[in-house]
Amino acid sequence: MNAIDNKWIGQRTIRPDGVDKVTGRAGYAADNTMPGMIWGHVLRSPHAHAVIRGINTAKAEALPGVKAVVTAQDIVNFPLDKSVMLGIQDMRWMCRNVMAREKALFHGQPVAAVAAISEEIAAAACALIEVDYEVLPHVIEIEDAIKPDAPILHDFLKFEGKSSNIAGTMVNKVGDIEAGFAQADLVIERSYDTRPVHQGYIEPHACTVSCTADGKVTIWSSSQGQFMVRAMTSLLTGIPQSNIRAIPAEIGGGFGAKTIIYLEPVAVMLSKKSGRPVKMVMSRDEVFRATGPAPGMKATVKIGMKKDGTIVAGHGVFYLQAGGLPGSPLRGPVGCSFAPYNIANVLSEGFDVVSNRPKVAAYRAPGAPLGAFAVETVIDELCEKLGLDPLEVRIKNHARPGDKAVYGATFGSITFVETTEAMLNHPHYKAPLDKAPAPHIRRGRGVASGFWYNAGGESSAQVNITEDGNVTVTTGHPDVGGSRASTANVTAELLGIDHSRISVLIGDTASIGFSNLTGGSRVTFASAMVVTQSTEKVIGQLKERAARIWKIDPEAVDWDNGEARPAGANAGKFPPLTLKELAAKANEMGGPIGAGIQLNTVGADPGFATHIVDVEVDTQLGIVRVIRYTACQDAGRSLHPSYVEGQIQGGVVQGIGWALSEEFLYDKTGKMDNASFLDYRMPVCSDLPMIEAVALEIPNPKHPQGVRGVGEAGILPGLAAIANAVHDAVGKRFSSLPLSPPKVLAVLDA
Amino acid sequence: MTDIRYLAPQTLDEAVGAFAAAQGAARILAGGTDLLVQMRNGVARPGTIIDIKKIAELTSIEETADGGFRIGAAVSGAVLAEHPRFGTVWPGVLEAINLIGSTQVQGRASPGGNLCHGSPAADSVPAMVAAGAVLTIQGPNGRRTLPVEQFPVGPGRNSLAPGEILVSFSLPARPKGSGDAYLRMIPRTEMDIAVVGVGVSLTLENGVCTAARVGLGAVAPTVKLVADAATALVGTKLDDAALEAAAAACRAACKPIDDKRGTIEYRIKVSGVLLKRTVAIAAERAGRA
Amino acid sequence: MAKVHVTTTINGEPVEFLCDPGQNMLDVLRNTLGLTGSKEGCGTGDCGACSITLDGRLTCSCLVLAAEVEGKEVGTIEGMAQGDHLHPLQQKFLEMAALQCGICTPGVLVAAKALLEKNPDPSETEVRFWLAGNLCRCTGYDKIVRAVMETAAEMRGAA
Repeated sequence: MNAIDNKWIGQRTIRPDGVDKVTGRAGYAADNTMPGMIWGHVLRSPHAHAVIRGINTAKAEALPGVKAVVTAQDIVNFPLDKSVMLGIQDMRWMCRNVMAREKALFHGQPVAAVAAISEEIAAAACALIEVDYEVLPHVIEIEDAIKPDAPILHDFLKFEGKSSNIAGTMVNKVGDIEAGFAQADLVIERSYDTRPVHQGYIEPHACTVSCTADGKVTIWSSSQGQFMVRAMTSLLTGIPQSNIRAIPAEIGGGFGAKTIIYLEPVAVMLSKKSGRPVKMVMSRDEVFRATGPAPGMKATVKIGMKKDGTIVAGHGVFYLQAGGLPGSPLRGPVGCSFAPYNIANVLSEGFDVVSNRPKVAAYRAPGAPLGAFAVETVIDELCEKLGLDPLEVRIKNHARPGDKAVYGATFGSITFVETTEAMLNHPHYKAPLDKAPAPHIRRGRGVASGFWYNAGGESSAQVNITEDGNVTVTTGHPDVGGSRASTANVTAELLGIDHSRISVLIGDTASIGFSNLTGGSRVTFASAMVVTQSTEKVIGQLKERAARIWKIDPEAVDWDNGEARPAGANAGKFPPLTLKELAAKANEMGGPIGAGIQLNTVGADPGFATHIVDVEVDTQLGIVRVIRYTACQDAGRSLHPSYVEGQIQGGVVQGIGWALSEEFLYDKTGKMDNASFLDYRMPVCSDLPMIEAVALEIPNPKHPQGVRGVGEAGILPGLAAIANAVHDAVGKRFSSLPLSPPKVLAVLDA
Repeated sequence: MTDIRYLAPQTLDEAVGAFAAAQGAARILAGGTDLLVQMRNGVARPGTIIDIKKIAELTSIEETADGGFRIGAAVSGAVLAEHPRFGTVWPGVLEAINLIGSTQVQGRASPGGNLCHGSPAADSVPAMVAAGAVLTIQGPNGRRTLPVEQFPVGPGRNSLAPGEILVSFSLPARPKGSGDAYLRMIPRTEMDIAVVGVGVSLTLENGVCTAARVGLGAVAPTVKLVADAATALVGTKLDDAALEAAAAACRAACKPIDDKRGTIEYRIKVSGVLLKRTVAIAAERAGRA
Repeated sequence: MAKVHVTTTINGEPVEFLCDPGQNMLDVLRNTLGLTGSKEGCGTGDCGACSITLDGRLTCSCLVLAAEVEGKEVGTIEGMAQGDHLHPLQQKFLEMAALQCGICTPGVLVAAKALLEKNPDPSETEVRFWLAGNLCRCTGYDKIVRAVMETAAEMRGAA
């Protein structure tokens, strides 16, 4: 499809759900109510690590207004010795994350829940629940958790034959790193540490659940996948999927963390026991203490380079925090860190470490920003010491189509070179920078790149022609950032009708076919594919109807600009039939017009980004501010350019927060010390400059419109790019995130 | 369920009567930007909430006959910022009050609440201390005045007697050649609690500093008046040696803690840096006044 | 303890409600009056998603006791459009895609409207500091700031 011919694709149309969202009418998870609804509240562990010897709920149950109490006994128990997977999630861990069973593994882990006629009574009842804890020594940091004498969280976890907090490992390997390092003119090895960060969505988790006497369950909740909600709730409650209808509310941000559930199974059991609809809404405090975050990391990275800039070997060792239950995203740093480059010898090792923190959840390219931080700062230092341009060195080493990635895949039509070349040639890269505008102010510029796998996966769409000749499109994945707008543009383009005639909806689990999560940068890619195929089937039906009306062969009908036209030998013989005219005759000419497609989509090319950032450092206070930022990704084809830019800009700013100010802090008892937006410092509007998003459009040949997923890669380079820029400004290397003022000042004064 | 009473008296006497009668179970509501957060977190469980915003004296700004100002304790930062003269006479006090929280918080938060909340990091307090503000306090035994620096006695604690309510801040008239300023260090540009805060008020005559007061916040259990820093400035032309001596006095006055917002070492160092920068701004303003 | 009876004006319409003396205005808007456009992101005044105006002054409804709005004028996101006619900020946010998930959007719009009523010609810095209390995690604020400035320019042109 030629871009310049497009009428709707690539246009900055107004999103179908827009007016509801600017007028306050859009229904998010906490906005729903049901007749007879009562309120659920969760009792959470006050200990970072404790055996739960018993729970006595009698006093809570006796409190007037209390309608149901739930503990782990009410949630399906998945024994610890047998893995039961749903996608990448192991139900052994999920059932315990939803409700602590044998042990409380982090401060804030759910231990019991109450439903009552008001939030206040439910909370008061929780305070009456008596939990008999045997408090155990706790461990928070990776370096402490892997010491020989560390408190062990899970006796059944063995590493090298012994009980350990190392819950899993992952290795990617190509070539022989020792031989590779021997070829290098310069080898640099550096160690890194970073803190966990929260996804920071503004909408706390919430749900309303109705469980009726016939065993049917309706869940209204905000998630990144209503089908995930249905499947996971089914597994954790034992209720068959056919009896669960999960309705996707508008989602107020997820960034990966809403690819799992916390409240829904608990609310289902409270509703089942009480016979009443139950609403549960987390407080921000609960969100910080018990959901997300992304892991912190300890890592060592060693890279060897030749004088001409050729990277000959790379070795990465990445320890990630899983939280209290196993499952950190090792494939992020292990697979992605070296993937931008074609390196003959790579060993990339990951270790999954449990400690008494909340169980980690996905966050925008899970784990990959951490690996990129380490690898991209070592590359920067190699370039500096060898006197090479850091972008030219990246271009020289970038993987090209047909190269094999360290994680095993052979790259298709990747455009890493083009992306980094766009930054090399961008005015920002050449713009002069006054490096010392005031005695205590230093400025610097940094660059970095980053890689993410991207994904295709299962998606469904249904396109229906209404009786009056307009269009409804239903897809099965929640819209986190404008995907309905892209869907409308594609459908309008293919049907050749005005954008305003198309209504785009997100279906619930009973009204649309299975669709995988909104995640992995997959939704625009996959939904455009199924919407395209559905719409093409509808166009086939429309042509067939026209042919029947004209009594000619369907092959002899063209669909053009919203109407059927006789073609070939019949061209001009009949006046065109519009969509409205064909819809009006639908029932007499064969019935309703509509088509659905359910596909496991393939052909997603990886996500890749290169960034340039200018920073300003106050050398007396240690404050780092970003003063200019340019971020480049190849979108393949921007179905709706504004939302492509928005994904990039949002990812960049999350990266800035990760680099400069966001971190989980713990007190000595293992309790999070900054569980509020006041002290968990996400970037605010006044911290930032405009973020220039450069979206290349080099079509992905495996996609009907050429789409490449863009959601995740924008967060990847920022951590390293900022650290590299700070080095450029002050001449010191930083290996610990965030670059908080006390930390920066300590290095400057050292 | 906790029973709460909400009272909104029209007069100070009524408020004091109700506050004293509640015997410690009541909380004063001015802007509520601290109280409502404490209630939500379960830190405060007041039996009675006494809203003082219907009392004229607590919500008015007055220019006194001698050229000073009297600011009601419950005046919000946003209202104070709109006063036609206050910000030109006491720019440092105003910028300190206007640094408390977001625009939304500014619509409610008051200097009285900021002071009574008792945080050592309260932004308005070092500036008020530097300005030499005097408090008017009313209680069951009548009215009294108190220099602002004597008000806090520890984190979250103040020198109000049972039943006493903070009524207003009185700021003196400004001699010619006076200026004040407040600077704080926060990691972000907004929405943070001060890691260090410095308020400076000074007067210059022919380039020589003839009077100075320095208030220092977030580095000790209470905001401090740093007399040694002022002494180091007075009689000088604010040259580098004087500034370094004043900075050293600030560093020496620090008794900080390590916490989630900053380290001891960092706070001590930054107090000196901010002192110098704050003096520079105050002096520049004094030069224009 | 008895509930407090409050008579107030919300978006220009007279409203009466009963509330607990310790209940905040956000809770009353959402759970008593069904005005769920104001969102709770934190409940502690740190995110701005519950922004309202009280007698024209911007504030967080989570930081206001419901009992305090007696006799006052409350403005919420639900009152921003006049019938079918969107406020210029609402229209510009749609045109410039200044929202992604949309959860912060009502608060941002209420805050931006209060800014433009006070300052019709704000600089980028003024917009950024005015909106510093409105957290947005999706957009990186870029399109929000641009949309506010563009709206201000258009409204000045139209005035």
